[in-house]
Amino acid sequence: MDVVSLSRIQFGLTTAFHIIFPTLTIGLAVYLMVIEFLWLRSKNEIYYRMYRFWVKIFAIHFAVGVVSGITLEFEFGTNFARFSQAVANVMAPLMAYEGMTAFFLEAGFLGIMLFGWKRVPAAIHFLATCLVTIGASLSAFWIMAANAWMQTPAGYQLVDGKFLVTDFGEAIFNPAFPTHLIHMLVASYETAGFAVAGICAYFLLKKKNVNFYRRSLSLALIMAALCAPLQVIIGDLKGQNVAKYQPTKLAAMEAHWETNTQGGAAFIPFAIPDMAAEKNRFAVSIPNALSILITHSLEGQIQGLKEFPKEDRPNVLVTFWTFRGMVAIGFLFLLVMIWAAVLWWRKRSFESPLFLKTLVAVQPLGFIATILGWVTAEMGRQPWVVYGIMRTSDGVSPIAVGNVIWSLILFMIFFAIIVASYFYYTLKTLRQGPDLSSPIPPIQRPAGMQSSNEAV
Amino acid sequence: MGLVHLWVGLVGLVVILYVILDGFSLGVAILFPGAKDEAQRDVMMNSIAPVWDANQTWIVFGGGALFATFPVIYTVLFSALYIPLLTFLFGLIFRGVAFEFRANASSAHKRVWNRAFFWGSLVAAFAQGLTLGAYISGITVSGKSFAGKPFDWLNPFSVMVGLALIAGYILLGSTYLIIKTKGPVQERAYRQAFWSILIVAGFLVLVSIWTPLHDPAILGRWFSKPRIYFVWVFPLLGAVSFFTILWSLKTHREILPFISSLFLFISAYLGLQAGIYPYAILPSVTIYDAVAQRETLVFTLWGVCIILPVVLGYTIYSYWVFRGKVVAEEGYH
Repeated sequence: MDVVSLSRIQFGLTTAFHIIFPTLTIGLAVYLMVIEFLWLRSKNEIYYRMYRFWVKIFAIHFAVGVVSGITLEFEFGTNFARFSQAVANVMAPLMAYEGMTAFFLEAGFLGIMLFGWKRVPAAIHFLATCLVTIGASLSAFWIMAANAWMQTPAGYQLVDGKFLVTDFGEAIFNPAFPTHLIHMLVASYETAGFAVAGICAYFLLKKKNVNFYRRSLSLALIMAALCAPLQVIIGDLKGQNVAKYQPTKLAAMEAHWETNTQGGAAFIPFAIPDMAAEKNRFAVSIPNALSILITHSLEGQIQGLKEFPKEDRPNVLVTFWTFRGMVAIGFLFLLVMIWAAVLWWRKRSFESPLFLKTLVAVQPLGFIATILGWVTAEMGRQPWVVYGIMRTSDGVSPIAVGNVIWSLILFMIFFAIIVASYFYYTLKTLRQGPDLSSPIPPIQRPAGMQSSNEAV
Repeated sequence: MGLVHLWVGLVGLVVILYVILDGFSLGVAILFPGAKDEAQRDVMMNSIAPVWDANQTWIVFGGGALFATFPVIYTVLFSALYIPLLTFLFGLIFRGVAFEFRANASSAHKRVWNRAFFWGSLVAAFAQGLTLGAYISGITVSGKSFAGKPFDWLNPFSVMVGLALIAGYILLGSTYLIIKTKGPVQERAYRQAFWSILIVAGFLVLVSIWTPLHDPAILGRWFSKPRIYFVWVFPLLGAVSFFTILWSLKTHREILPFISSLFLFISAYLGLQAGIYPYAILPSVTIYDAVAQRETLVFTLWGVCIILPVVLGYTIYSYWVFRGKVVAEEGYH
């Protein structure tokens, strides 16, 4: 293996590991914000208990998200120095802005969110939760802008192999960006909704803290139910965007080899794409369906992979199947939410054990769909690091292959330890369940009254 | 060229802010083995729990700002220092998760996360020092790319700087604990601060002698005009800080040891910069070779001018909210 492959594996591994955590925290922050709003408005104790319980889950995910996220900021330089030097003028400011507008906001107010109950007035605490929520979503704004720019670069001119910026507005709001951002944000909210719902359903099946988990489940289901149909619509828009700006990627996602010159392009729900033979094996196809999906017309033309030189094509097998996995989960979520709506209509939301069991079963699927979606987006971009302009193989650092082998092995060992511990402590926190008895700090206490009177 | 210098100053400011803010967080963790029991460790951890993440964010922003404004430094340094930088990150990973995992752990497991917290911080501090030492030692560059070997960063000088930085962070951590704690933890922190300032002073003398021997050009720049007219200010400030620390520890002052330790760090940092400027990467890349295009500097500067004051404002607010001595019972979450 060479530096290129190993660096890609390492970046892919660290990104896939990292994305799990912000996906949850971006969504869970919104959930916590709603809970605290309800607590302040209704003064109903249960909302306070809910906040204190779910914020523990939030904190664990936030910590792992932060430490794994720094890695990525460094890997641009350590592993992809040539790429970084070429794109720095356009892309790096977006990351500097992410630090300034998002990370400081999250980190600055997380302390108050976790430890500030007795130290700041209730309104300030709520403000801290809101700011952490905004910070979390803002970080998605900047990093999706940077990633979308790699997919559909804009606002630059190429001088001696370097991207010089001509217009930051165009660079940030590049063609892929709007759908890219909304797709990711909704994925976060939806994933968090299903993740919380699955946990609640599990404890409801065990008949533990029924009132607490029912209330938590209702809010989570509202969040998931709003997102599930929205995500399908955004997915459709995203597909059209990819078709327009990244035709090779779309053709790979759909394993579409031949441009349909007469008649519509078929949609292929199942196939084993064979890149060497440039065709699909065991394909099942639905005539005209791809044309309808992408162009919204029966016979719309869609470019096939064969129109692009072999060396410019992504890995079709991976792109095709990861895309199908993500879409399948998206539609499964939609079905579950339709079912939830029917149950709600009949006022039997919590009474169907089968429904609760289903929620438990689909609990982690949002995370899997998010990772599959990222693999589709990034593998589909290959062999380019900046789509159509700079090859990934031209972007790596001038480093020895031993460096990357060393770090990749350590990443795998350390991440395994972190993942095991993360599961252990998350499950432990969940098993312990909410604290329903400790006293509630009085609302509207002046700041800092509690600071220094007790013995160490 | 004013814009370039403004950014040299800003990146320098972010770096020193990171060094002193995360420095005391790492220092507190490095002092962990000195604690007598879990209650004392709880106090030490709670003294930094609300602020460590914000402190650490300065390196994330610093990385982004360096990437945006001096991409050549960012890319060359990060390729050249691949191993120490990723070692630094591995340390930060274990330090960071230790806060949450320890808080949720049973007493038997707490010991594991105490160790992760200590070793993670120690490794991070040492690797930072290695990075700094290697940066001062110079990096082989050809055509704005790293052209050296994987272990160029490892030499006696960089190892010495690594050890020096550990001592420096112990000084910051112990003087911070003096402010935030009382009773036996505070008394121990006074003693730790006392021996660490002696070691730090020894290292500073050693670094000041070794650095110009290691690279005579640094000496030349120190004594070049007009630098010669003000460069003596830094060792003087360092000496004043040193004696202030000793005196304030002896008289059991609570806040002054930490403040004067910050000045000691700042004086050492500025003294070092005075020997490197106008180079971005020794021995051959100047800040003008390394800087980004003007539009990028301006665009990023807008953010810094508008947003960074706000960030500093709420950072100070956060410290104010958590001011005062740490109370053991004011447990996690």
